[in-house]
Formats: sequence, structure tokens, C-alpha cells
Amino acid sequence: MNKHLLLGAEAIALGALDAGISGVYAYPGTPSTEITEYIQKNSADLEKAVRSSWSTNEKTAYEAALGMSYAGKRSLVCMKHVGLNVAADAFINSAITGINGGLVVAVADDPSMHSSQNEQDSRVYGKFAMLPVLEPSSQQDLYTATREAFDLSESVKLPVLLRLTTRLAHSRAGVERTAARMQNPLHALYAPERFVLIPQNARRQYNVLLGIQQELEKISEHSWLNRLITGSGSKGVIAFGIAFNYTMEVRQAFGLDFPVLKIGQYPLPRKQVESFFTSCETILVAEEGYPVYEELLRGYFGGDNIMGRMDGTLPRAGELNADIIASGLGIKPATVLPVPDIVVHRPPALCKGCGHRDLYDALTTVMSSFQEHHVFSDIGCYTLGALEPFNAIHTCVDMGASITMAKGAADAGLRPAVAVIGDSTFTHSGMTGLLDAINDKSPLTVIIADNDTTAMTGGQQSSATGSRLLDICRGLGVDEGHIRIIVPLKSHLEENMTVLREEIIYEGVSVVIARRECIETASRKKRTKV
Amino acid sequence: MHINIILAGVGGQGILTIAAVIGRAALQSGLTIRQTEVHGMSQRGGAVQSHLRISNREIYSDLIAEGTAHLILSVEPHEALRYLPFLAPESRIVTSIEPFINIENYPAIDDILAELNRTKRPVMVNAAELAREAGHARTSNMVMLGAASPYIGIATEQLESAIGELFHAKGPDIVDVNIRAFRKGQELSQTQATEP
Ligand code: SF4
Repeated sequence: MNKHLLLGAEAIALGALDAGISGVYAYPGTPSTEITEYIQKNSADLEKAVRSSWSTNEKTAYEAALGMSYAGKRSLVCMKHVGLNVAADAFINSAITGINGGLVVAVADDPSMHSSQNEQDSRVYGKFAMLPVLEPSSQQDLYTATREAFDLSESVKLPVLLRLTTRLAHSRAGVERTAARMQNPLHALYAPERFVLIPQNARRQYNVLLGIQQELEKISEHSWLNRLITGSGSKGVIAFGIAFNYTMEVRQAFGLDFPVLKIGQYPLPRKQVESFFTSCETILVAEEGYPVYEELLRGYFGGDNIMGRMDGTLPRAGELNADIIASGLGIKPATVLPVPDIVVHRPPALCKGCGHRDLYDALTTVMSSFQEHHVFSDIGCYTLGALEPFNAIHTCVDMGASITMAKGAADAGLRPAVAVIGDSTFTHSGMTGLLDAINDKSPLTVIIADNDTTAMTGGQQSSATGSRLLDICRGLGVDEGHIRIIVPLKSHLEENMTVLREEIIYEGVSVVIARRECIETASRKKRTKV
Repeated sequence: MHINIILAGVGGQGILTIAAVIGRAALQSGLTIRQTEVHGMSQRGGAVQSHLRISNREIYSDLIAEGTAHLILSVEPHEALRYLPFLAPESRIVTSIEPFINIENYPAIDDILAELNRTKRPVMVNAAELAREAGHARTSNMVMLGAASPYIGIATEQLESAIGELFHAKGPDIVDVNIRAFRKGQELSQTQATEP
């Protein structure tokens, strides 16, 4: 079998390996996790090692990838869409410095928010940073485009953003590989005029970036990711990224022949778009994500001949599919069987026997004795504590926000102020917030749910767990007597409640580490040992 | 040849093992395949599904359109019903009849079975029981695959050889018990098909 059955995410990984990367840097996040996992599992037998362990957060990942590029080697950095918010500072500025070894940023967006807090569209970041963006629409194209993205990156001396969305990241198809390329030799660059972004350098470099934009557009005009599928009729579709698949599906299923302009590389190929507009009377703009280019094509006043997400032809939010495109083209939906009335919602829940359950049992009982019982929480399995039957937490906004929001609320006078955060999220962005709280002496209790792993995304290595968490809290300046360790087990309920109560009423910064391994990870370890 | 299958179950039940076998067999038969998976939050005991498409021509969409699935293969009876709008007319459900109850308002099993029986010639499988008979309680997914195998459009030998490859690393005993489970399911399906 010379075809590999790969997830879209894995196709990126294989493409990057075959493009000769020397390292991948990432923090786990659905739907991007499998890119790095594939490289971790499949690079051991390579002639030259590929550096691949998890980073503490997306910003450290991005900067390390830029450093590897500075040293002349190719590097891949991966994250989910909201991860790019964390890495944004480095991302935007790396467009100003440019790169040395090829640098590709693979970002997986999650429209419909299957596992996310929003459905932001990373193409906006691409435009913002003025970088080339690739948006392939099949697993095979992802493989090929990733390989080529490294060449493109080195030829224009810029990072290249590779955008995909959940469906493609998490769908398998046969992928054929081509011969692998060697890794780059080490050739670090002395180029302080580019990499030292003091104003005079930054201004010059910014002009370089502005100057290359036309060239980038020209490259888009000739990219195989952008092409016209000829057809007949006065109505055409501009299909971006994965929307191309749904559009072609409709064309195939209903035997239609409308013309399609496929867009998979940005900046937008202006000439192709212009000529498509002159050949069609009306145009449906199909984008997976925000109507980024629909807005641009409509302009501020015009766009009577344009349909899309902004005029309600397609829904404004959520991911697309063939049914949505069909109805956007005026095809009446077939009558289908209804979902029977007896069918009920089956939401995700904490695993049976999970330590978070016992933690919340103890915490909720303790908190119920206070008039105000707000619990600020964070992102991980323990977020499921927001649902029935726990109803144990009251906020979850972004990585690390539990500690800082609890701090702000404490500063405002809220008592008690309690934060619940996992080990991995704590090292991702909780530590700095804890330092703020210590410096301000904000009365606050931080509960670190240490399950020894990054559980929600499938059990990846966490940056610091166990005694290292203790050392970190001590080092940040938490009073030794107010760092307590509990074991979230039913049999420890009374004892745990006592510890929690003592620390919650303490008028200062306290940390309670609830330490018990994720049972999923534990059983996975056991299975792989046998 | 063009087949759309909805695989349904609850996170943790392992529907992706079924998908992996079919995918491998399809690829070896020279067919094109697309198969979606659910990762992330829903995997924690939530409803999960996989869209599986097999064809001898190009497949564009990873997702199956409503009313076009040739088969709903579910490892849980309640979950089979959730995807009814995807079922094409004259197409069938192959489902396990053993409920997986991790929610408080799980409907009465008799009501679920009644709804299933309202669909066209459903194949109802006592998967856990057959898996135990085959020799291992954890082979019920292969029982279900066997029960669905007459409707997948891939030769039995291909499916069995894919099972062999997938479990190869776990040793010949594990391969054998999974093949036995597969055949048990297939047998049951064939008997049900010949019943009036
Ligand atoms: S995966 Fe681990 S941490 Fe997450 S709910 Fe299950 S046992 Fe708990």
C-alpha cells in the first residue's frame, strides 16, 4: 500500500517531515494536536532527529520555531486558532524580521466551536501580518502544500501560515508521499538589521514587507491552489478552502455545471477574481469561517450581485457542509427522516472515577457555606464541572484566566476568590498571574488540579507536574504554609474539605494542589506496557 | 460504487477501530475514502460519530449530506436514532441493542427499539453477548462490523485481512478472537436478512 490513510492534521505532519524540518513546536489544542503527535510517533527512525516535545504555550513554541529558523533549519509550529492569540506578538513581529530557514505556522480553526471558546478565523491574522496564507482543501493537498510552504517561506523569506479547519484536520483520506528532502545544515544568520527590531530597523523591515506584497499576489496568481473550474450559466461560486469540497459535492450530486473559482492561497489572486466577476452575473462567496473576503469583495457600499454569509444566503456562523451550500444555491432540500422525539442530548462528562469529580464534590460543599461562592475556572477536562450535576464553576474564558480573574475580583473586594486550574494550563499561562497576585497580596486561593497530564486533548506530556509545581509556587513566593496538597478521592472527602476551608478563609495567596493522575492516561500507560 | 456510512456511538466506545478496519480494506481494494473523526471534548462520554465515504470515483466532501447515507452503523441503540435524518430512503440501520447509559434521562429501551423497528429492515445485534461467545468482551466492535459487512461494499476477505493487520501487533490470539467476533456478527446479519 503506497497510500497512507491520514488525518488532515497528520498529512501536514508528514509533509513537514518530508520537507526536512528539524523541529516542531506546539502546545496541544483541538483540532491541531495530531500534527505534533504524528511527528512524535514517526520521527524516531529518521536519519536525523526531529525535535518534537511539547512546549509550555504557543508563544514559547512560536519563538523557539523562529529561533530554529534563525539558525537556518526548517521548523514547523502548530496550534489551534485561539493559540495564535497567545503567539500573536511573536507571529506579527516575525513578519517584520522575516526568516532564515523555512518557517511554517499550521493553525487549525474550529468553526462551530466543537472544542473551543470562539470560531475566530486565522486568515484574518494572515492578512493582519501580511503573510502568505495557504488553505488547501484535501488531505493530499495538505501534504503537498505543506512541503511547498517551506520552499515558499525560504524564497520570500517570510513565515507562511497554513490554515485548516476541524473537518479537514480530523478527516482521513489516502495520501501519497514523495521523496523526503534532507534537513537544512546549520547556518545561523548574523542579520541584526533584520532581527533587532529597534525603530529604525523595524521601519525599514516593515517597508520590505510592504514592498513584497505585490510579489506575494503574483505568486498567488500562479499557485495551483487557486484555479478555475469552468462551467456554464451566469451564477458562479468562489469557494475558499474546504468550502471547495462542499461546492464540488453539490455540483457532482445534482449534476450541475456552474463555474467555480477555487481559492486556496492568499493574498487573493486579484486577476483571477476580476475575470471571474466579469464572467458571472451573480456570485456566491463560500468561506469556512468569517466572511473575510466576502466583506472585502462587497466593499462598503456595493455588492448587489454577491451572496454569502453577510446577506443570509449562508448562515453567518458555524461550519459549512454540502447541504448548506446546496440551499444557498437555491436547491430545495430533500425531505428526510426526523430525529425521533425520544432522542435526548448526550453531552460530554467527566469520566467515571475522575479525580476532578471528587475535587468538585469537596469544593462545592465548602463553597456552599459562603454567601458568595464564585469559582473562577479555566480550560481543560475540569471545565466540564460547569455542567450538571456539578455546576461547580462559574467562569472559563481563556487559558490562565482563572487566576487573574479571581485576583481582579478579590481586588474588587469579593470574598472568597477561588480559582481552579489544571497543571498544564497553570504552566501555560497561570504562573504569571499567580506572581501578580503575590505581588499585590491579593487574597485568593488557587486550586491546581494536577492530574499529571494534558488530559482534554488526549493525555499529552504536561510541562510541570507533581513536586515541580510545588517548587514553582514556592519560587513565585507563595507562603510555604499555604501550599497544601490533597488527594481527590472519595475516602479523603472530609480531610480535603478541611484543607480547602482553611485555605479559602485565609486572607492571602494560598495554593491547594489536588494531585491524582488522570485515570484515562493511567490506563493508557498500562495498556501500552502490556 | 459509492457508499456513505454513518458510524455512531458514545465517546470511548471505540467506533474508530471499526472505521480503521474499513478504511484500510477500502484503500487496499483501490477505492477512494474519506472518514471524519471526533476528537476533543465530546470524546469524554458524549455522542460521537464518524462519516465514512467509500467510492471508486473522487470524493469531495468529508461530510455526508442529509438523506444520503446508505448505512447507519451504531454501537449503541439510542445513538443510531440521532442520525436518522442522514439515512437515505430504503437504507438501513445496523445497531447494537445494548444501551450505554451515562445520562439520567436516557429513554426507555423499549421505546428506542420500537423507533428502530420503524425503520426499513434494521439489523439488531446483541453485540456484547456475541463478543463473549467469540471469546472476548472487548470484541463487540468487530461483531458490529461483521453484522454490517454485507452492506459495506467491500469483500469479506479484504475486511478480514484488514482486521488481521490492525491487530497484528497484539499477537495471533487477539487477531483470531477478533476474526471470530467478526464472523459471529456476519452470521447473525445473514440470518436476519433471510428471515421474512
Ligand atoms: S480524561 Fe482524565 S482528567 Fe479528563 S475527565 Fe477523564 S479521567 Fe478526568
